[in-house]
Amino acid sequence: MHALRIPIPEEEIRSLKVGDPVLLSGVMLTGRDAAHKWMVETFVTRKREPQGDDLAVVEAIRPLLAGGAIYHCGPVVAGLDTKDYRFVAAGPTTSIREEPYQGDVMRHFSVRAVIGKGGMGPKTLAACQEAPGVYLHAIGGAATLIAQTVKKVITVYKLEFGVPEAFWVIEVADFPAVVTMDSHGKSLHAEVEAASRAALDRLLAR
Amino acid sequence: MQDLTEHFIELIRRTSMDLPADVEAALARAREAEAPGSAARGALESILENIALARGKPAPICQDTGTPIFRVRHPEGWGTRRLRQEIRAAVAEATRRAYLRPNAVDTLTDKNSGNNLGDAAFPTIHFEEVEGQALTVDLLLKGGGCENVGAQYSLPVSALGAGRDLEGVRRVVLDAVHKAQGQGCAPGILGVAIGGDRGSSYVASKEALLRPLDDHNPIPALAEVESRLTTEANLLGIGPMGFGGKTTVLGVKMAGLHRLPASFFVTISYMCWAHRRRRMTVQRDQVTFE
Repeated sequence: MHALRIPIPEEEIRSLKVGDPVLLSGVMLTGRDAAHKWMVETFVTRKREPQGDDLAVVEAIRPLLAGGAIYHCGPVVAGLDTKDYRFVAAGPTTSIREEPYQGDVMRHFSVRAVIGKGGMGPKTLAACQEAPGVYLHAIGGAATLIAQTVKKVITVYKLEFGVPEAFWVIEVADFPAVVTMDSHGKSLHAEVEAASRAALDRLLAR
Repeated sequence: MQDLTEHFIELIRRTSMDLPADVEAALARAREAEAPGSAARGALESILENIALARGKPAPICQDTGTPIFRVRHPEGWGTRRLRQEIRAAVAEATRRAYLRPNAVDTLTDKNSGNNLGDAAFPTIHFEEVEGQALTVDLLLKGGGCENVGAQYSLPVSALGAGRDLEGVRRVVLDAVHKAQGQGCAPGILGVAIGGDRGSSYVASKEALLRPLDDHNPIPALAEVESRLTTEANLLGIGPMGFGGKTTVLGVKMAGLHRLPASFFVTISYMCWAHRRRRMTVQRDQVTFE
């Protein structure tokens, strides 16, 4: 078991291999579809002009992302009316939807760990090698279990994206995940895909 | 007719926070089948721990509380407009109480309504008038990750050697399971409809998911395909969460529909392991949950 503290040093990322279980502690950010589209279009490709509080938000999240972790998660949050926020259920969402954006986000913001479920594709795997970074697989649906590792909701940005899509800044302790894509070009998802393809071919040959 | 809003809220709470016993038992069997120390076994251990924890707190099993899909079968005399209003009021209140995540997003403006109420199709409610005195309401909470890996095939599909028969059905279902990998939160449950038009086929594939895992299809030919597909999907080795392993699906439930001579659709709705399915029955003024 690797205990990782955010920000995660580069050499620690390099030491992680596919299959390693990890426990993550420190401050991290949730971000999913709307967040990734916003980050890439406003600050990486700059197809879109910053507006409203965009610049203030990006300055606030930059130091959290540098060497840090972004979690693909749209939580159930209690305390929305009092702003005394608490994560009730907070499992990972399917990561592959961020495949068009994730590599750019990792490079631009120096993100070291991407957390989600279902794995990602070749663009993200290449970014893991360059950045360097890792993809950490959390257990999909294990939302109450994971919510218990969220010790504190520090703040939220871009709540206008909706509760699931906002950037929630959270402090976690011993958040459990498994390395399924490492900085050495290895992906468990690519391996399982290939092996199950071979099994499918055998079944269809029957 | 009594106001059922409070009971609908309770139905939603139970559905979001506890799994049917047949599903939990199937997950426990799946855990025993995986090698000790493997990632697959670890995933199932976390899943089972999470189920117990959610029930005890109580809290939603999964943060994606999905599209609420209601099937209401009512005796003559119940007003469906009033039932719809009560269900919608219950969904909004259950969201306020954090039993459900606000999930209804306007597709044109991207604005989340905040209370899970969208247009007439959100939440989804199907009404049917039936014989007898009992009103039964089935609820399925179907998350987006598994909904996204659903698929519809129009047979024949020559690339898969799939013709217009049950062997063709077998081929496309296995292809769909392979394409889904772990993305739909495996081990999943497949609802498969054959025939119909594109729309009715999708509805029937979801309705098949309301059947208990351990029941038997009354149509022998479909019962046989269900059992064969369960075995063969598990030979793909995709495993829990797509980590590789012995259990990729917990079960397959099939329904047959009449079709046009020109059409042969096979529709697969993939349900994640968090198979949140509950039934409420109203008999006179007695309300029961199962």
